[in-house]
Formats: sequence, C-alpha cells, structure tokens
Amino acid sequence: MQWEIVVGLEVHAQLSTQSKIFSGAATAFGAAPNVQACEVDIALPGVLPVLNRGAVERAVKFGLAVGARINRRSVFARKNYFYPDLPKGYQISQFELPIVEGGEVAIEVEGSARTIRLVRAHLEEDAGKSLHEDFHGMTGIDLNRAGTPLLEIVSEPDMRGSHEAVAYAKALHALVRYLEICDGNMQEGSFRCDANVSVRRIGAPLGTRCEIKNLNSFRFLERAIEFEARRQIGILEEGGSIAQETRLYDSVKDETRSMRSKEEAHDYRYFPDPDLLPMTLDEAFIEAIRGGLPELPQAKRARFVADYGLSAYDAGVLTASRELADYFEAVVRGVPNEPKVCANWVMGDLSAALNKDDLDIARARIPASELARLIGRIQDGTVSGKIAKEVFEAMWSTGKDADALIEERGLKQISDVAALEAIVDEIMAANPGQVEQYRAGKDKLFGFFVGQAMKATKGQANPAQLNDIVRRKLTA
Amino acid sequence: MLNLSLKELGALLAARKISSAELTRAFLDRIEALNPALNAFITVAPEKSLEQARRADERRAAGDATPLTGIPIAHKDIFCTKGWLTTCGSKMLANFVAPYDAHVIERCADAGLVSLGKTNMDEFAMGSSNETSHFGPVKNPWDPAAVPGGSSGGSAAAVAARLAPAATGTDTGGSIRQPAALCGISGIKPTYGAVSRYGMIAFASSLDQGGPMAKSAEDLALLLNAMVGFDERDSTSLRRPPEDYARDLEAPLAGLTIGLPREYFAEGLSEDVARAVEDALAQYRRLGAKTVEVSLPNTRLSIAAYYVLAPAEASSNLSRYDGVRYGYRAPEYKDLADMYGRTRADGFGPEVKRRIMIGTYVLSHGYYDAYYLKAQKLRRLIARDFAEAFAQCDLIMGPTSPTVAFNQGEKSSDPVQMYLSDVYTIAVNLAGLPGMSIPVGFGREGRPVGLQIVGNYFSEAKMLNCAHQFQRATDWHGRMPSGIPGI
Repeated sequence: MQWEIVVGLEVHAQLSTQSKIFSGAATAFGAAPNVQACEVDIALPGVLPVLNRGAVERAVKFGLAVGARINRRSVFARKNYFYPDLPKGYQISQFELPIVEGGEVAIEVEGSARTIRLVRAHLEEDAGKSLHEDFHGMTGIDLNRAGTPLLEIVSEPDMRGSHEAVAYAKALHALVRYLEICDGNMQEGSFRCDANVSVRRIGAPLGTRCEIKNLNSFRFLERAIEFEARRQIGILEEGGSIAQETRLYDSVKDETRSMRSKEEAHDYRYFPDPDLLPMTLDEAFIEAIRGGLPELPQAKRARFVADYGLSAYDAGVLTASRELADYFEAVVRGVPNEPKVCANWVMGDLSAALNKDDLDIARARIPASELARLIGRIQDGTVSGKIAKEVFEAMWSTGKDADALIEERGLKQISDVAALEAIVDEIMAANPGQVEQYRAGKDKLFGFFVGQAMKATKGQANPAQLNDIVRRKLTA
Repeated sequence: MLNLSLKELGALLAARKISSAELTRAFLDRIEALNPALNAFITVAPEKSLEQARRADERRAAGDATPLTGIPIAHKDIFCTKGWLTTCGSKMLANFVAPYDAHVIERCADAGLVSLGKTNMDEFAMGSSNETSHFGPVKNPWDPAAVPGGSSGGSAAAVAARLAPAATGTDTGGSIRQPAALCGISGIKPTYGAVSRYGMIAFASSLDQGGPMAKSAEDLALLLNAMVGFDERDSTSLRRPPEDYARDLEAPLAGLTIGLPREYFAEGLSEDVARAVEDALAQYRRLGAKTVEVSLPNTRLSIAAYYVLAPAEASSNLSRYDGVRYGYRAPEYKDLADMYGRTRADGFGPEVKRRIMIGTYVLSHGYYDAYYLKAQKLRRLIARDFAEAFAQCDLIMGPTSPTVAFNQGEKSSDPVQMYLSDVYTIAVNLAGLPGMSIPVGFGREGRPVGLQIVGNYFSEAKMLNCAHQFQRATDWHGRMPSGIPGI
C-alpha cells in the first residue's frame, strides 16, 4: 500500500513595520549589532511593552485576505523560557485568543486546485540572535531583531507531500507581499517556515509528526520534507515507530536530525501578559482595513484571463507578484489593443533580462511606459519585431528611450516601396544565375533574395512589403 | 524645619527664607548622622542631590517654580533613576546603575523635587518587614527592635525619622500602607493605573502601583498632583483629565458614610490596634460622619489568591535577571544552564526564590487551571465584594495591619505568618482600588497604629479630604519617634 505524506506548516512572516512590535526601535535589517535595541528590547528592569498599531493592522489585513475570523478581542500571553537571545526570559505572543482564526489559502499543483485551511495567525515578537562564530569560546548576542513583529501563520495538516507544501508556502509568500505586510525576503529571515511532517498509509489516521525548524528557502522546505518522509517511512517499514520530536534541517548534509524530544519540550507556562490589556478591535478599524485591501492574486489571475484573453498559465506567471502584475498592466495601458503581445514581452525579453542581471521587477531598467512605446513602434511599422528586440537590448543597457535609440542608430524600418524595389532590382541584377534557377522551379531560393535584401537594409526592411516585392519581381 | 509640612517648606522656599540647597544639606546631614543606625537608605549621593537643589534654586530664581520645587524627597530603590545605583534591594542588581529615569522620577524632577537618595526595601518588594533586603534590615525609628514594615520600609522609616520630608513607595499587596502604619506616617496607594509603572521595577505587574509616603494627607495630595498622569509607555496607565488632589481637603465630613467591614474587625485583630482604630472611628463620628457595617465576605480568600497571582507574575517578571546583559553573574560556571542556575541561586535571596518557585509551579502545565485561573476568578469576586460595599458607603475604614510592628526576626522564619500580616491590604490591590493609611495612635510598646481608608476607583481626593479632616482634629501624624535624636 502507498504511503501518504502529511504536512502542516507554521510560517513566521516578519511584518513590515518601521518600528518594533512593542518598542520604538527601528526594524531595518543589517545594522551593526545591538544599535537597534532600545531599553525595552534589552529588557532593562522596569521597562514595559506598548503595542505597535501598524503590526495589528497588518495582521488584520492578512486575516481579511484569507477569509478568516478577526477576533474582536484577543490576548497577548507570555511564553516563558530561558535563552540568552530572549532578553525578558519570555516571548510576548498570543496563545488562547489569537487575533486571526480560520481562513484558507488556494493553491494549484500540477494543474489541480486545492484549498489549504488555516488554523490561526497570531502576533508575536521575534527573539534576538546568538552569534557563535565571531567570538572565541564565547557567544555574542545581537538584540537588533529582538522585538521585531512576526505574524505566525499556522496551517492545518492539509498538504500531501513536499510539492503541495511548497505550493502553499509560495502562495502565502505571494499573498503577504501582495498585501505589503511582509517583504518576503527569505535570506534575511523575513519569511521562515517550520514544517510538521508525518506519514501514513492512505486512509489511516494521522501518524506521529516531527517538526522541522527554520527552513529558510522553498528548496530547503521541499528537500527537508522529502528527507524526513523517507526517514519516517524507513523506520515504519522496518517495524519501528516515530518519536514525536523537533528536528533541524542541515542543508549541507541534506538531512534532518533530532533537536529535542517531546519529553525535553519546554513547559512554556503561558499566561496573559499583565503589562498589556486584552486587545479589542472595533468595526470601524477593521472596515477601514478591508476598504484598503488590494486585489488578491486569485482575483487578479481570473481578471487577466477574462479581460486580456491570456491563458491561465500566462495569467499565473504575470500575477505571481503584485509588482510584476502592475508592470504588465502599465504596459497594457500604453498599448491597449495587444495584451497578449505585451504579456509575451514581459514574460519573455523582460523576464530574461531581469534574470540575467539578477534584478527584481521593481528595479527593471526599462520602465513599463517605455516598453509600451517600443511595442507601439512595432505596431505602427516603425521597426520590425526583430529590430525591436535589438532596440530592447539597447534600452536595457543604455537606459535610453526607444525612439531616441531607433533614431540614433538609424533602425527605422524601410517601408518605402520604391526604395525596396530598387534594392531588389539590384540584387536580381547581381545574381542572374539564382534568378534563373528560381524561375526554373527552385522555390527555396526565395529566402535567399529576401535575406540579401535584409542584409542590404541592415534588417530594416519591412518584412511583409519586402516579401511582396521579391515575389512580384521574381515571377514577373 | 525638618518637621515642617511640604506646604510650609514650600512657603519658606517661596519667601526665599531658605534655599533648596540649604534645605537639602540639612536633610543630608541628618541622613549622615542617623542612617547608619536606621539603614533606611541604600544609596545617598550628596553631590547629585545638591546639584539638583542648585537647579531648583535657579528655577525658582527664573520664576519657574511649582509648589514642590526645591523640596527634598527620598525615592524607593525600585524606581530606575538615571545615573544612580538602582538595586531593588537585591544582590542581583547591586551593581546596576540605571541608564534611564522611571516616569515617577521624571514627574518628581519636573515638579522640581530634589532627590535625597534611594531607600532600602524588601528584595524586589517581596516582604512585609524589610528583612529580605540584600542591604540589611531597616530599623523602625519608634523602636529599633521592631521592623518598619515592608516592602517600602526604608521610605517609611526615612519619613518617620525625618530623614526626608516625603518619599516614594510602591504597593503590590500593602507595601506603602503597612510600613506607613508601622512607622506612624501617611501613605497612599492610588487607583491601579493612576501612576505609571514605567521604570518601576516590576514585582507583580497587575498589582504594582506607586504612590507617595509623607507625614500628612495634605502632603500626600501635593505629591499625588506631581506623580499621577497618563504615560503612553505604560499600557495600563489611565488616560484621564488631570485633577487637583488637594481641592477637597477642607470639605466638611458631615453626611459621610463610612463602611466598616465586619471581616476586618474579627479574629486575628490585636486588641491594641482595635482600640486605636475604634478611637479614630469615634473621632470621625464627632466630625459628622456616620459608620455602617458592611461585609467583604471573600476577604479570607484574598491572601490565597494573592499568593498565587503575585508569584505567578513575579516568576515571569524576574526571568530577565539571568546574568546575560546586566546585574549579577556568577563568577564561575560550566555551561549556559550552570550560569543561569548559579547566577540566580546566588543573586536572589530566599524569599524571592520561594516566590519564583511558587509562581513557576502554579503556571505549570496541569496546574494552571487549578491555581492561576481559580485565583483570577477569586479576584473578580473580591472586586465585586467591594463594589457591593460601596453601594452602601462612601469610604471603607479598618485597621491597616492586624498588629503593631512586630520584632525583627519574629516572623522571618515563618513565611505564612508574615503573609498574614497583609490580610487587610491585599484585597485592595486585587480589586485595583485606592487605599491609604494614616497614623491614629499607639498600641503595644508605644508602637504606631495605622487606619486604612479604602475608596472607590478614582476617589483619592475624597480619601485625602477625609484623612486631612482627621489630621486637623488630631496630632498623631505630628508625633515624632522618641528613641532618636530630635530636631
């Protein structure tokens, strides 16, 4: 009988507030150690937390976007444990009453649609970092990250295997970026996954799960789940049983290994934080956020198919990020009658150029309006499609606009019939043998004449006109 | 001069009959002379105090004085004070110089009050006798064999011995009122949330409240005017329009209804205290008030509820003292767990460790519902008792403490007996109500007796009015301990 892999994810999305969740210190990444840790963050005696409204707004925004219940009353609780990078000896989180409960996220895997249900999403603060490398025989503590707002998003164990888990993580990643509540930067730790993995025979009850911590790329998520599932299946097939535990993924060795067993698990002694009153949200606050919600990926995808006549695949690619979709739509606004052509340019030349230079769409070297202008120049016959690609490359590397480059480099298409006829006449005169062969039935030589003419015009001849002229002259 | 009220001192300063520097010097001299015997102060820094006094004098010269500008005050060593050692009575923080000011310290400085130093206290405010301080016990100025009460014992003793005209304190279960009672001074714990807790080192966050300690209700009113106010850095701070707590001091008491909780005059109350309290109530009736019996049926449960909730919060609040970033760290350790273990074993005293253990236990998996949740329910019942009582009276009165000051060492080996000495004060914190204590006479061995006055939320002005009218008619608050040098 087949094994089924069951996965649930806990995602920590760092919320994009300027300041920390309970203090006024900055959250920017990459500062020198401890310069962004104020008296509250380092937990001096006597300091108190004050909730950042921006973090609450972002959590509500997420909850509304996934169709979850927004709890009008939620409670911050203390999660107590000792660790050097946890300055207070407790993390302020939410336990019994989180701000967001329920909701779902749609995913698509190999063409079939699935819905992943969410258990909850709650607000909490991040811990600092322990730096073991830079100090001989000692550990350094950097508290810049301590107090950074996180939204922990907990799914039901609804994913079957690593591909669904990755599809869900990607959908969530796109969503938080659409909502502009998280920058999604996985390398900087802004979007981190923990995976709960178990295996079972199809139809059997859920197996014992292991939690794999701190997966900071989609690839690691996929590989860790695959390794872990193989490990569990191996144990079960040999008649063993799975011990519930927390495991760590080692990306170098591509394996998971035990971090702590269930018996060693902390008793966090959660209780409501007496320094923070229960958080109550009024309807006006929630409705204001609802009113400001952007169009979400699914709705955008459907609209791209309906309004622009794109394939589901193209619509999916173009809506993968809000910035890409916005770029595409800005191009379409410039050449409204050719959305498909616009899509091809964005998904083709533009994406290739971005990839080559390792840039994201926000830093594209050609603004959408200029790409639209270039596409317009194909439409109005100023340049051919082939020349346009050359112009595109020049625009990308020089930053100049399309018209200037066409003018400067003399790339304007030759659509003057008399001029083209003269050029074709010259070529025929210079190649009487080929003319004769063609007329004797060697049709393939048609291309030879067109090629010669293109060469003579440096590719600027209007291809359709040129074809007409060559055919007319040869058969005359 | 050292026995004058804040109003009188303010008048002398305003009339330029004395400078703040002179006044401050006089109190510093008295501290230097008497503190070695009393141990009321942990830190005195004369040059800092005199610098503040000079600034106060400049401020007055510039025409920018408040009624309190230039008057000295002692601060409980629980308030973080920038550039001053702030120990909270613990070895754990014996080397901690605070890099910022508590809101209370800021407010006092804004008013122009001059800090005389930091007063001794029970370690992390856990105690009712000041015997748990890492810096040694404080002596009761009325009798060196007696405890001053706690946890604000240093502040109470300093005011009683006239080492300071006033002091700040904090009250989690009676820590302002009980030492005020045992040292024969006046002290008020305002409504929870009135005084910001920012910079006040936390013991039990949902119960802690700062407040003033002084010789009279009138002094307390002036100090509350300076200390109370919204602070956005404390999420439990109350946003209310400012009020003048001295506005009703002179109002007559005719028509006032005083509730006397049956449970506060029952078994466990010593005779000498009962007699002094009865005399005070008779005085109130002469002032036109009427007394009625009320009931606070859950009083007996308040100690149990308190000794679940306060340690639970404390066990978490004190987790930050881990030897990593500041304060004490054990000199030798094998690894991280050993560093934590030794640091906390050496850095905390036995009472603090006892409460951390209790608190950790009651929050543990499987015990949370039976202890913590149950205690929270009791807390609501206790608050409801008071609400029902206040339907029948304006203020509640009774003894502050069941006995006069007990002897040093008498209860320090029996924590439960020690806890029981807070039986009348604890419920007030659980309900978040304002409570105060004023001296109303003497009991056994000439030790002071305090009367507790409890008001409804935000009724501090009425309580102070009531206390002031009593103090206009009596002179208990003006009595000086006889065992120490006079003035």
